[in-house]
Amino acid sequence: MSILVDKKTRAIVQGLTGHEGSFHAQQMIDYGTKIVAGVTPGKGGTKHLGVPVFDTVAEAVRETDANAALAFVPPPFAADAILEAVDAGLAFVTSIAEGVPVLDMVRVAAALKNSKTRLLGPNCPGVISPGQCKLGIMPGFIHKRGHVGVVSRSGTLTYEAVGQLSGLGIGQSTCVGIGGDPIIGTSFLDVIQMFNDDPDTHAIVMIGEIGGNAEEVAADFIKKNVKKPVVGFIAGQTAPPGRRMGHAGAIISGGQGTAKEKYAALRAAGIHTVQSPAEIGETMARVLGKSKGASRTVAAARKPLSKSKKRGKRRG
Amino acid sequence: MKIHEYQAKAILAKFGVPVPRGEAVFSKDEARAAAGRLGTPVVVVKAQIHAGGRGKAGGVKIAKSVEEAASLAERMLGTRLVTAQTGPEGRIVRRLLVEEGLDIKRELYLSILVDRLARAPVFMASAAGGMEIEEVAKEHPEKILREPIQPETGFQPYHARKLAFGLGLSADLVHAAVPFLGSLYRAFVDTDSSLLEINPCVVTGDGRLVALDAKVNFDDSALYRHPELQELRDLDEETPLEVEASKFKLNYIKLDGTIACMVNGAGLAMATMDIIKLNGGNPANFLDVGGDASEARVKNAFRILLSDPNVKAVFVNVFGGILRCDMLASGIVNSAKELKIKVPVVVRMEGTNVEKGKEILRSSGLNFTVANGMKDGAEKVVALAGAAR
Repeated sequence: MSILVDKKTRAIVQGLTGHEGSFHAQQMIDYGTKIVAGVTPGKGGTKHLGVPVFDTVAEAVRETDANAALAFVPPPFAADAILEAVDAGLAFVTSIAEGVPVLDMVRVAAALKNSKTRLLGPNCPGVISPGQCKLGIMPGFIHKRGHVGVVSRSGTLTYEAVGQLSGLGIGQSTCVGIGGDPIIGTSFLDVIQMFNDDPDTHAIVMIGEIGGNAEEVAADFIKKNVKKPVVGFIAGQTAPPGRRMGHAGAIISGGQGTAKEKYAALRAAGIHTVQSPAEIGETMARVLGKSKGASRTVAAARKPLSKSKKRGKRRG
Repeated sequence: MKIHEYQAKAILAKFGVPVPRGEAVFSKDEARAAAGRLGTPVVVVKAQIHAGGRGKAGGVKIAKSVEEAASLAERMLGTRLVTAQTGPEGRIVRRLLVEEGLDIKRELYLSILVDRLARAPVFMASAAGGMEIEEVAKEHPEKILREPIQPETGFQPYHARKLAFGLGLSADLVHAAVPFLGSLYRAFVDTDSSLLEINPCVVTGDGRLVALDAKVNFDDSALYRHPELQELRDLDEETPLEVEASKFKLNYIKLDGTIACMVNGAGLAMATMDIIKLNGGNPANFLDVGGDASEARVKNAFRILLSDPNVKAVFVNVFGGILRCDMLASGIVNSAKELKIKVPVVVRMEGTNVEKGKEILRSSGLNFTVANGMKDGAEKVVALAGAAR
C-alpha cells in the first residue's frame, strides 16, 4: 500500500497539450502512471501523446472513469482548474502552479470544505508512490520502493532527501510535496495522519521550513498519536526575518514561524531532528537500524498492519 | 509589494475609509504650500519610508505653523532615518506626508491578514493602539480580538459589532465602526492585499473614527491583475541588486556573508544557506534560479551574484533530476568565460548525465571545484572563501 496515489490511480492531465503539460505527462507515462485523459478547452476529440483529449474535466471523467487530476495551468487560471476538478467530483487533484493569488486560494479552500475532493498544492512537485504511480514533476528515477514516507513543503529539497535515502538503500512508500504557499490543500497534519494509518509506511521524513505553524501542529499530533519513528528537518535556520524566501509561505513575521521554534516543537514531540540537510538520509538509516531491535517500534508497526487486515476483510 | 503610507491612505480613502487630509511632498516649498492649503493650526510632517518605527526614530514631527512645517521638511528630506525596522543602514527620506493634526482621544489597533490555519482573511483588533502588535501578542494575547471572515458570506455588520463592542467602544462609535470596517475589508479584498494595518486607528475629540496611520502590502502573485497598483512600487526603497534580479524573475535576497549561492528551488536554497552556516561560513544571498536553470538564467544569476563586492566564493547547488547536467555545465562554463569570473566556484549537481556535466566543468580550464553532495560542497566552498580572505 501507499498513500494518495497507487496502481489504481487513473489520472487526467489538465493542460496536457501545453509545453509543460506535454513534457511531464510523457515523463509520467514513461514511469508507468495511468494517464487516461487530457483536458484542453477547444481541443476535445483529438489525441495527444496517445491520450484522448477532452474539452472539460466533467466530460473526461465521464468518458474515462478517472479518479485524479494533475493541473498544469498557469497561476492566474489555477484556481479555476482546481474548481473544475472539484465540480467534476474527482477525489484527488494536484496543482503545480507557483504564484496563485492567496485570495483565490481562500475561495478554493472554501469550496473544498463542502466537496469530496482532496487538493495537493498548489506550488508543489506532486506525489509519487515509487514503482506504482508518479503524479507530479519529480524525477522518477531517484526514488526507490520501500517503507519510508516523505512529506515536505519544498520540491528540490525533497529530491535531495529522497536521493540520500535511495542512495543508502532506503526505499519510500510515498513522497508528498505539499507546497510552499500559505494556503494549501493538504497539510503536514493530513499527510502525517495518512502515513500513520498506512501499514506500508514504517517511518516518516518530515521536511518543513520557516513561516506559519503547520510543523508545530503536526508535531503536536505526532507527540500524541504517532509511534512510527519520524526524522525532521527545517529549512531556513539562517533566513532573515521579514523576508519571503522564495516560497510565498516562507517568511518569519512578527517573530513567528522561526526555524528555532519549529525545531523546539519537533524535539518536544520526540522527532529525530537533523540540523544539516545533508544528514537526513543517514539519520533515517540510524533510526531504522536502532528501531529494528526496539520492541516499541515493532509493536507500533504491527498495530496499523492488523488494522488494515480488518479493513481488507471488510472490503472483501 | 510594499507601498508608502500616503499611497495606502489614498487607496483607503477611495474605498470610503476616513483618513486625515494630507498631501505627499518632495521639497521644502511643496511642504510649505501643502501646510498652507490644510489650514489647520497643527500639521504633522511624516517621513515616508517602507519601514515602521518612524515615530520613535524622529520621522514624525508636529509643526505649529506653515513655516515650521517647511523647515521641518527641509531638515528631514535627504536624511538617513534609522528605525527599529530599517537595520543600522537606515533609509534615505525622499518623500514626506504633510497632514492635518487631529485631536486624539483614543488609539486602537486594526488589521486584516490571511490566516493560514483559518484559510480565510482575519480581522485583528486591539484596544492597545499605537503599540507594536507583536509586543501585545507576546505580553497580552488576550487583548487581541480575532474575527475570521468566511469567503462564502464575506464581511457582515455583526463582524464589526463584535469587534467594536469587544474594544469597549460607545454605541455611537460602534455604529461608525460598521461602515469603517466594511470599507477596510473591501479595500483588502479588491486590491488583493496580504496585509492591511491601521495602527493607530483613532477616536477623535469630536467622536470620529480615523485611520491615522496605514500600512498596506499587496500579494505579489495577484499584482498581474492590478496594473494601477504596480505603478506604486518605489524602487528607491529596494536593494538595487534585488531590483535587478526581479527583472529576470530571479528570486534573490541579498544577505551580508561572503559565499554566494545559486540554487534551484526555494527549499533547497534555504537549506544551502543553512549548511554553509553549519560549516562555519556565511551566505551572501538567497537565490532560487528556478526549475529549468537555463543558460540565460544562470548567466544573469552569476552576474547579479558577482556584483556583490563581499562575495569571495560561489556555491552552485542544483538538484536537477530531469534537468540535464551536461547542458547546465555548459551554461555555467559559458557564463563564467563571458563574465570572466575570478572567484572560486564550487559546483554540486545531480540529475541526468551528471558525469558528463562534471567532465565539462573539469576540462573547462576554469576555476571550478566539483563537489560530491551537499556536505562536500559546503565544506569546500567555506574553505575556499576562507582562503580568499
